[in-house]
Amino acid sequence: MYKKRIRYAVTVFFTAGILLFILFGVQRLLMPKYVGSDLEGSMLEEYYREVKDHNVVFFGDCEVYNNFSPAVLWEEYGINSYIRGSAEQLIWQSYYIMEETFSYEKPEVAVFNVLSMMTDEPQKESYNRMTLDGLRWSPAKIKCIQASMTEGEHFLEYLFPILRYHDRWDQLTYEDFRFFFGKNPVTFNGYYMRTDILPAENIPKKRPLINYQFGERAYAYLDKMVDLCRQNNVELVLIKAPSLYPFWYEQWEEQIVKYAGEHQLKYYNFLNAAEQIGLDYSADTYDAGLHLNLTGAEKLSRYFGQILIDECGISDRRDEEDLAARWEIKLERYYKEIDRQKEIKE
Amino acid sequence: MLFTTYEFMGFFLILLIIYYSIPSGCQWLLLLIGSYWFYYKADPRYILYLAVITSLTYLGARIIERNQMLQKKYLEKLGAELGNEEKKKYRKKQEQIRRFWFVSFLAATLGILAIAKYTNFLIQNINHVLDFLGRTEQISLIDLLLPLGISFYTFQAVGYLIDVYWENISAEHNFLRYALFVSFFPQLIQGPISRFGDLSQTLGKKHRLHWENIRDGMGRMLWGYFKKMVVADRIAPAVHLMTGNPDLYQGGYILVLMVLYTVELYADFTGGIDITIGIAQTFGIEIKENFRCPYFSTSLREYWRRWHISMCTWFKDYVFYPISASSIMQKLYKKAKKRVGAKAGKRLPIHLSSFVVWLATGIWHGASWNFVVWGLLNWIVLTVSEELEPMYRRFHLCVKFTDKWGYKLFQIVRTFLLICVLNLFDCYEAVATTLRMLGSVIIGGNWNIWNNGGLMELGLGMSDFCVLLIGVLLMIGVSFVQQKGSVREKLAGRSYPVQVAVWFGLFLTVILWGKYGIGYDASQFIYNRF
Repeated sequence: MYKKRIRYAVTVFFTAGILLFILFGVQRLLMPKYVGSDLEGSMLEEYYREVKDHNVVFFGDCEVYNNFSPAVLWEEYGINSYIRGSAEQLIWQSYYIMEETFSYEKPEVAVFNVLSMMTDEPQKESYNRMTLDGLRWSPAKIKCIQASMTEGEHFLEYLFPILRYHDRWDQLTYEDFRFFFGKNPVTFNGYYMRTDILPAENIPKKRPLINYQFGERAYAYLDKMVDLCRQNNVELVLIKAPSLYPFWYEQWEEQIVKYAGEHQLKYYNFLNAAEQIGLDYSADTYDAGLHLNLTGAEKLSRYFGQILIDECGISDRRDEEDLAARWEIKLERYYKEIDRQKEIKE
Repeated sequence: MLFTTYEFMGFFLILLIIYYSIPSGCQWLLLLIGSYWFYYKADPRYILYLAVITSLTYLGARIIERNQMLQKKYLEKLGAELGNEEKKKYRKKQEQIRRFWFVSFLAATLGILAIAKYTNFLIQNINHVLDFLGRTEQISLIDLLLPLGISFYTFQAVGYLIDVYWENISAEHNFLRYALFVSFFPQLIQGPISRFGDLSQTLGKKHRLHWENIRDGMGRMLWGYFKKMVVADRIAPAVHLMTGNPDLYQGGYILVLMVLYTVELYADFTGGIDITIGIAQTFGIEIKENFRCPYFSTSLREYWRRWHISMCTWFKDYVFYPISASSIMQKLYKKAKKRVGAKAGKRLPIHLSSFVVWLATGIWHGASWNFVVWGLLNWIVLTVSEELEPMYRRFHLCVKFTDKWGYKLFQIVRTFLLICVLNLFDCYEAVATTLRMLGSVIIGGNWNIWNNGGLMELGLGMSDFCVLLIGVLLMIGVSFVQQKGSVREKLAGRSYPVQVAVWFGLFLTVILWGKYGIGYDASQFIYNRF
């Protein structure tokens, strides 16, 4: 009788294990791989492969992952940095990602791009998925999902992504099978490299808004960010990347300047420093002024790197052998990608 | 809280765990609370309707039963002292009292249903008449709340009241137990319409956890989810597209629509009932089957013995028999017998009673003329085929192939196509549109949609059609096996790996091919609206 029970329990256990394994496999197959297109969905998950001892970590949307090159910050200033940004990353998402990051490491400086202050409500499900699917499970991720869900989204679908992606079965491509077990990184310490050029020629006219006041929710999360950085002894630096649009209104600028002043935060608006940076919007952008391309990002990184050294006191770590060795490999990949993209262009 | 939502799954699992964790004496009370919670989540205002209908029928049954008891006691006590004439007089008086109470409570209960469901239908028709008479004034429609499944639970409660009045059953004395009978959540919004004698026994029992109940119940639910989410909900957008644009989709599209809708209706309704019966079974409660492979019927009469059995038997027992046995019909029979003979004279009251039943069935399905016409068309087909029955019999005697499988298949296909045509009256809300669309099958063109890509413009891709084909074949296959006994019982006799593979395969199929999640508007079960 006892033996029979044991046998029964073992059978049930193994059956459940096999079925869960199959279910997990199917789920993995169906989840978008974000390799060929929509690379933005891969960005946040790549952080977990890193040795987490960065001096500077950037938080924000496409205005950080397109506009700053950690490779340049390392090469020129010995700053070990990482970008934790994804497409249309909302301010509460940046906050929770910051919270998660600080559970792994305490950088000297956290840089936050303030464009997402303009949004006070959850936006699009597709962007939510690109940001949230790549995050590892943690209390921060749970809170982040709850704060981000749009109408019709369900927490269960984040917990079991197969429920969200089940209808991809007829859209599966070779990529889904090829990258089933894993994939190579698509970013360079969070930087999304683009070497192509699309000059900023026809910039649409600035449309007046009905209300320029940032929302209460956005301010609440900015307050939380300030508190979080203080508690973790991390300096919070606010920036506005030099993207020509979405427009950055003067009224918004005034609010951020005021906020930074009230909270003793450094704030740099690179839109006002385009000339000093040396940005040429006819050559340094790949999508007509929305985002900088490689040359633009490298110029901006050189400029900001100096600020980080001079004003934030970030130390040069190029003499650290282990770190330098790691960066050597990363730089090799970085330059290889530049050559690859140039080849495609030619 | 639809059966296909995550909220419902969570609600069901939590309720199930609590159900088997509490003392078995309290299980029915938990089900009552759960049932009211389930209905409350659909719309808190619905509770009022449910509670009023429950109270009215409970009270009516108690009063009628009390009168029956008093009569019995009185006659027992004073029977010996009373003469036959006095007894008869007394019984008649009591019968009148009971009838008064019965009719009052019946009218009040059905009145609620009528007001909620048919007031605006009535106003619309009055407006049409006013319009026809050239009057400019119109009555405004009333914004009335129509609770989900009101027709189902009202009929269930009315059935109970009639059964008590007819002394088929004793009235339930415990109000809360009776409230559970009316509100039991799996069948609350789309039936089946259970009888008190059947359901109250199993509802009131103490249920111990049996693995077989959980396995079989969840298996049945899974099969229901497959039908609903993989087949019915995959077809639904195409059906909505075609019925929503009658000027665009005509001719060949109507044939596609008729077949698709008939498959959708089957998968949707039988799927919902599978889920209902499965849920009940996990709680150890037995609900009677509502379908017996209806699309295998060889005639419309047989179809109505296999489709929505609980509704059909309800109408048969509570409408058809009382009307056909009524004194008016008896008088009619006697008159007809004199004029057309006994045989034909006997059929007249039956056809007339049947007419009333089909009229009521049509109106029960919905407050619009298309349902009335649908009901009457069913009546016409059934009556004509019954009148032609002797001719069929002679034909069957003459030809030798009627017992061959090919002829049976012909009958099945013929009946299916007939049902497809009748169902078209359910698709379009206006009778005129339905008739126009039926006409367009002949003159509307669009015959090349099979090869010009027209089919692919219905919102269904090639992969959807493939899934549908597999789904339909699977449903036919299961129905075949079902005719020789329970599929789940047959499966339970197979080896453990086979059982696991089948159930897991079905689960994975629902997960992968089911229509749900963001970007998909969870569609209600079709019968929820009746």
